[in-house]
Amino acid sequence: MSFDPERSNFAPTLRSRRTWARIGRWLFIAATVVALAALMMMLYNVATSTVGLVAVEYEREPSTLVEQPLEEVSKEELVALLQANISAGLFRRLEHDQPFATRSRETVYDLVIEHVVAETIVRSWPLDKSLVDRAAIEAEIAADYPTARVRFHAWLQPQFLTRSMSSNPEQAGVRTALLGSLWMVLITMLLAFPIGVGSAIYLEEYASDTLLNSILQSNINNLAGIPSIIYGMLGLAIFVRTLEPYTSGAAFGVLDGNGRTILSASLTMALLILPIIIVSAQEAIRAVPQSIRLASYGLGATRWQTTWYQVLPVAMPGILTGTILAMSRAIGETAPLIVVGASTFIVSDPTGPFSKFTVLPIQIYQWTSRPQAEFRHLAATAIVVLLVLLLTLNATAVLVRQRLGRLP
Amino acid sequence: MGVDNFPPMLVLRRRSRPGEWLIQGFLLLCALLSILTTLGIVVVLGRESWLFFGDEAVTLSEFLTSTTWQPAIGHFGVWPLLNATLMTTTIAMLVAIPLGLGVAIYLSEYAAPHVHDFLKPTLEVLAGIPTVVYGYFALTFMTPLLQNLFGRETVEIYNTASAGLVMGIMILPLIASLSEDALRAVPRSLREAAYALGATPLETSTQVVLPAALSGISAAIILGISRAIGETMIVSIAAGAGPSFTLNPFEAAETMTGHIARISGGDLSYNTIDYNSIFALGMTLFIFTFSLNLISRIIVERFREVYE
Repeated sequence: MSFDPERSNFAPTLRSRRTWARIGRWLFIAATVVALAALMMMLYNVATSTVGLVAVEYEREPSTLVEQPLEEVSKEELVALLQANISAGLFRRLEHDQPFATRSRETVYDLVIEHVVAETIVRSWPLDKSLVDRAAIEAEIAADYPTARVRFHAWLQPQFLTRSMSSNPEQAGVRTALLGSLWMVLITMLLAFPIGVGSAIYLEEYASDTLLNSILQSNINNLAGIPSIIYGMLGLAIFVRTLEPYTSGAAFGVLDGNGRTILSASLTMALLILPIIIVSAQEAIRAVPQSIRLASYGLGATRWQTTWYQVLPVAMPGILTGTILAMSRAIGETAPLIVVGASTFIVSDPTGPFSKFTVLPIQIYQWTSRPQAEFRHLAATAIVVLLVLLLTLNATAVLVRQRLGRLP
Repeated sequence: MGVDNFPPMLVLRRRSRPGEWLIQGFLLLCALLSILTTLGIVVVLGRESWLFFGDEAVTLSEFLTSTTWQPAIGHFGVWPLLNATLMTTTIAMLVAIPLGLGVAIYLSEYAAPHVHDFLKPTLEVLAGIPTVVYGYFALTFMTPLLQNLFGRETVEIYNTASAGLVMGIMILPLIASLSEDALRAVPRSLREAAYALGATPLETSTQVVLPAALSGISAAIILGISRAIGETMIVSIAAGAGPSFTLNPFEAAETMTGHIARISGGDLSYNTIDYNSIFALGMTLFIFTFSLNLISRIIVERFREVYE
């Protein structure tokens, strides 16, 4: 055997190995930084669109209507202003929709802006650009739209939650979509929670290791991996079409509309989140110590008594945490509801399971799909509302786990 | 006190309890509902696809080989849609696999405990952001960025590159989180043995820990692919509306999921070829994702290294 200094002595390779180790370390850190930066960029991109400069044009200057600023005018004066400046027919129609006596000052103000001042946004910018390039923006607008005025506009404002859908971006809000989301989630949870927890109890407390049960278990795992849009197609074929008499409410005496209702959406969504609830409830039930069950059986309790009085109370924090996470999934899902048939433009609030509906993510999708920049701002604002809702739910889940989760 | 004092009423025979049986029956029904769901999906997709292929305008061979999807003139070749799906998925995985694995290795092998305890939940919260938000990001941020980088002439407003890149960002937390779990499950003794032999941290993590966790990591990647194929909102917002067979990532192309969402979003009348065609696409989608999920589970079960 000949002597090979390269092989016997590792010193020459040591330096390069150490260099590579350093490079590797920085690569992994870089990957993490890039990943987090991309995700933070997304949140920044949304946040910066919720406030910003807009260029507005008026048909009637507000200063030519009354002396004091329009924001300070009382409701009665606003009504008078409206009556004096719009056609009698339109005024009667508005009165017919809802008498002015019962309208709030806020809505009357909106009507004045819409019909008398006729403010239209001609251009809009996100906050970062508004702050950095304000001079350039004002110069550009002075050249392109001599009559327009540049001012800041907060897309995210309290009224955004209470205004309903409108084709005028300044008047549009998410009330209809928010109510639709709440109705849908309420019915979904009423259906999915008992069935999901029931399945989990069966699988953990009752099922012995037979063929049927292993099929059940692997089936649930498979369901969790099916794309959500396929649940939408299932809902379209079964709930919207085949069960139309029930989901449209025709069987219960509600005679307008078709199967594309909140009920159909909720049934579809319940099937979609069922696997999530089952799996998390199973884990929570499995974590209950066997000694509790044995003690209960030892005192002569039946299986259901043991489950209901001993196992479920201990497992409940875990079950609730999983359920809340499933709920946030239901609130954020869009694709299946498009297929089930969320309405594209409705202004009337949902009133029950048989109403036509739209939900927050659908509203975001529709505003994003519009070419005008103003609707992008609305989409960003609606995203903020959605994310705040989801974050609240997630925080609740964490709290539930911390406060109640004193597992023995 | 003798045996006579024993309460005569106590009979140690098993009592029949109809209530218990009723409850057990109800619970079984709950559990069976999930089987019904699977059956429902298979039956619905199967029946409507059957009607679709039963139409004289459609043949299975055309569906599987043709590169035109134009329902208006009776051409139903799945390739334009499938190709767009594969393109967005490939681009997404090119982003998600290296970055996701990098994050996973950093979190499990390098990060200090407090950094790990902060980053891991953050990743999980980010993984819960609705996909429509990612769609908004793709259209309002990624597409303008690509247009600035490569020029407005080359990059169309709707393109598969933007959708794919953002989809990669969306899947990244999933892959990172699952891979990190797999890496953490590798026992400490393996790392210590490697260090004792003089290996650098890089050699330990890439040549010892990574191979040991390979089954879990492959399963995570396959799950990520399956998620990318089934993802709908990002592609319907950013990838384009209209099937076209192109290999250029800067051109608009509609994916299978995007097509299903667009067709069913309009006023769809039942029993038309359009209605049936989306179910054939759904069937294709179902077969793809189902097989991928199955493979991922088999990998985990068969090839998992069990230590101790």
